Amino acid sequence: MFESVKDEDFMILSVAMDADVEAARPWIEAATPDYVTLIDQNHLLSSLYNMFNVPQAVWIDETGKIVRPVETGGSLDIARDFDQETRAQAKLTYINAAGDWAVNGSASKFLFDIDETKKRIPAMTDEIALAHAKFQLGQYLRRNGRADEAEAIFAESCELHPDSWNIYRETAERNERGLAAGDEFWEKVRSLGDKQYYITVDMEGMPQ
Amino acid sequence: MVTVLTETSATDIEVASVRPNTNDELWLSATDTAAITGWEMKPEGFCKGDICVPTPAGNSDRFVQGDAINVSAFWDLMGKPAVRTADAGVWLLGEGAGSRNDAMISLQAPDFTLPDLDGKLHSLSDYRGKRVLLITWASW
Repeated sequence: MFESVKDEDFMILSVAMDADVEAARPWIEAATPDYVTLIDQNHLLSSLYNMFNVPQAVWIDETGKIVRPVETGGSLDIARDFDQETRAQAKLTYINAAGDWAVNGSASKFLFDIDETKKRIPAMTDEIALAHAKFQLGQYLRRNGRADEAEAIFAESCELHPDSWNIYRETAERNERGLAAGDEFWEKVRSLGDKQYYITVDMEGMPQ
Repeated sequence: MVTVLTETSATDIEVASVRPNTNDELWLSATDTAAITGWEMKPEGFCKGDICVPTPAGNSDRFVQGDAINVSAFWDLMGKPAVRTADAGVWLLGEGAGSRNDAMISLQAPDFTLPDLDGKLHSLSDYRGKRVLLITWASW
């Protein structure tokens, strides 16, 4: 998709929010990416950019300015009943939009103006900031063999930031495939009601 | 000895000796405070770069004693989370919602430095001059 874009103009920076580097490694090696892939063990980006799920994406221009704020990429809500074709169409719509920006830069029709961009940045609360601090303390404890203390701190972190799937899933039990997607996860997703797990991106052509 | 964490560092360090000292407070020497956090005591108060937080008048003993700084008290004062283990052996000095919101609303993308699989460090700012599509994902 991005082959036509010159390397000096555009790049993809992919960041794995994985406390366990070895859990991320096979995914990266299987994808043999031609873009830069980094590992964020402490979920620093969640704290810096107020992110709460994966995937999330943000468009940053040549001067380091955010021109499309944090949003779910082309993923449609997992709790809703879309067919495979519609889900594929959503992904393609997003990729095409990103490709348009990659080629056209500030002339892309997929950018918001500055005021609109600011309006679309959700405020971080004190509770969220505290949740990130506790999460990071918990990560340190988990890495240093203090799993029980880490568990207790993670529980507090989840309670402080109930919207964060990153905190919940990173610290929840994993199944044999390494996914934190057991009964409890799906129960949480179903209980979202009108709140979406993936908030549909506001973009021309995106299936609603 | 305590371990003091920031979002990007971990330092084992001796706490400053002050009285009374409890598990609820993290007192460090001015030198250690500056080395770990970048914040330092100046005549104007507790400062980092252009930002200074005046030491509250009438209650300065709670914040500064001789060369020792009550880092956790300043953190509270600044609305930043300072969290610790029950035994107070590990502290994390976090960032507050206020500074995060200020940074985001400026639209300047917050810089970060993270390793790739080979351990090589990359900063977002290394790629200034290019458009960057920053995407997160996870194995879980």
